[in-house]
Amino acid sequence: MSEPIIKINDVNKWFGDFQVLKNINLDVNAKQKIVVCGPSGSGKSTLIRCINRLEEHQEGKIIVDGNELNENTKNIEEIRAEVGMVFQQFNLFPHLSILDNCTLAPIWVKKMPKKKAEELALNQLEQVQIVDQAYKFPGQLSGGQQQRSAIARALCMEPKIMLFDEPTSALDPEMIKEVLDAMVNLAKGGMTMIVVTHEMGFAKEVADEVIFMDEGMIVEKNTTKEFFANPKSDRTKLFLSQIL
Amino acid sequence: MKISLSQIKSNNYITNIYLGTFLFSLSIFDVFLYSFLNINITSFLPGNLSLFFPLIIGFIGLSFIRMEYSGIKIIDNLNKHINTSNFNALLTLIIIFALLKALPPALSWMVLDANISGDTKQACTGTGACWTYIKVWFKRFMYGMYPNEMHWRINSAFILVIALGFVGYFFKENLKKYLALYYVVIYPIIAFLIIYYLISGGSFGLVWVETGAWGGLSLTFIVSFFCLIFCFPLGMILALGRRSNLPTVRYTSICYIEFWRGVPLITVLFMSSVMFPMFLPEDFFMDKLVRVIIAITLFEAAYCAEVIRGGLQALPRGQYDAAKSLGMGYWKMHIFVILPQALKLVIPGIANTFLALVKDTPLIFVVGLAEIAGMLALAKTNPKWLGFAMEGYIFAAIIFWIICYAMSKYSYNLEQKYKTER
Repeated sequence: MSEPIIKINDVNKWFGDFQVLKNINLDVNAKQKIVVCGPSGSGKSTLIRCINRLEEHQEGKIIVDGNELNENTKNIEEIRAEVGMVFQQFNLFPHLSILDNCTLAPIWVKKMPKKKAEELALNQLEQVQIVDQAYKFPGQLSGGQQQRSAIARALCMEPKIMLFDEPTSALDPEMIKEVLDAMVNLAKGGMTMIVVTHEMGFAKEVADEVIFMDEGMIVEKNTTKEFFANPKSDRTKLFLSQIL
Repeated sequence: MKISLSQIKSNNYITNIYLGTFLFSLSIFDVFLYSFLNINITSFLPGNLSLFFPLIIGFIGLSFIRMEYSGIKIIDNLNKHINTSNFNALLTLIIIFALLKALPPALSWMVLDANISGDTKQACTGTGACWTYIKVWFKRFMYGMYPNEMHWRINSAFILVIALGFVGYFFKENLKKYLALYYVVIYPIIAFLIIYYLISGGSFGLVWVETGAWGGLSLTFIVSFFCLIFCFPLGMILALGRRSNLPTVRYTSICYIEFWRGVPLITVLFMSSVMFPMFLPEDFFMDKLVRVIIAITLFEAAYCAEVIRGGLQALPRGQYDAAKSLGMGYWKMHIFVILPQALKLVIPGIANTFLALVKDTPLIFVVGLAEIAGMLALAKTNPKWLGFAMEGYIFAAIIFWIICYAMSKYSYNLEQKYKTER
């Protein structure tokens, strides 16, 4: 088996005195899809924010695509460019049109010619079925459309890994499906994905592995089938009985 | 005991409207006659009652008119906007009467009894304002001691600078990204060169006019213009510096901002003109006007910085996260994502600072530079023209008001133009 694209070794992290991550160990192979679930405050978001260093871990090792992340990392921008991220609150840039949102980083970070960047962006927007809204501003779109634009924006950087931080939690129920569909399509295309979500249907459909976190620890890491059929830990059983 | 005016109302609303309208009109008529024609139709009433008579009957009249729906457009509008409650009605009446009382004397002093003909003090024979004084001194108020026959140099320099300011509108699409560079670096330099060579002179066959002779409104413009365009970028850098992660940069910015916010502008101006030259090498000469402009710029930049910092703090953290996750570094993130949004938020605050700056410029009088208010102070002490301070100050007030109102209107337009839904 080839070298994992993300290696997380004994990572610990504190916010002040409060330990949010405790001895996290996780390897993610290329093209693997991993769903992270767990109650709120269990450190799921913090974990994936550590992977592109939006949060800094204090102990342990995180290696992304062969680059170790620590305070000496000079090329953090290059690593982030390879790791796309989708947020709960969309975080589109409200002063730019959807198309400009998508082309901004390719033009200025990857030095792509404007024409090519726009072609790429329109192509990505086509994939998430939102190309007819390309010239509108984020404030004019619905939540589901904004989140799909945010996915397209992240994909325009042609990342190797995609991180999703509760992408459907801020959406109205009827908009969740359109966003999940876009994510399923992306998964079928062979992207490496780490998804923090409460959508167990999505987990069953696409995930290779499911991770259950509680109080900053990985309580259970299992294949999708096993995770839902016979979970090992009691905590997982309790969690599943409450949300399913 | 509770007295309610509704108890004396008739049941027929038409009667109420006629009665109310009559009383309301009578009250306005009474004040109008008294203030414009000096006829007091209520002189038969004892002392204070005569003074308050219009207020009382106007108030009663309005309460008669007040009703849910009358079908008469004027009365319905009146009820909806100014006659919603007793308190509103009273407030409206007081304001209307105060205006009616104050307007006639002001009008007669400024226009009807005023003089503008002639060109000596003796021409002012009326009891009103003496605009002759403004007329005679007008060129001084505009150009200071600048020689009369060379005023075209100031005019043409200003026209050139203003015209260059509009150049940005005609930038082609592919040059748009250099717009900020143009306004922050190139434009100020060109403007400085124009003003230096055209107004100061000394080369190209133009006679040298020292800055001590500059003055009046043109000096107000020159000082305000340079301070505005320099203090904004400096303030922006300081605001970013204060939020920097690098301790040296952060503490330098904090010290700078707190120092300049802590000292009065007047002492800064004294320092710049009196103390500062002592620290310079002997053969090094820096013009007083330049020193004053630098001093005001440094001073106002601290205020600008705090306003801009407010805008930076108002942005949600998600915007920073999103920009970072796309691989943008510090400068790219700030230039393309953070600053465009933050600056949009602080337009009202920046406009406020800029208005204050323009109105601070008269302070340069303390170091011997006479802009418009300074020229006024000189002119009112001229032995031939004693006693016209009032006219002068009203004139200056009107000019400052026009400048400031234009600026505030412009900032409001900008706000509307860049408003996007969040």
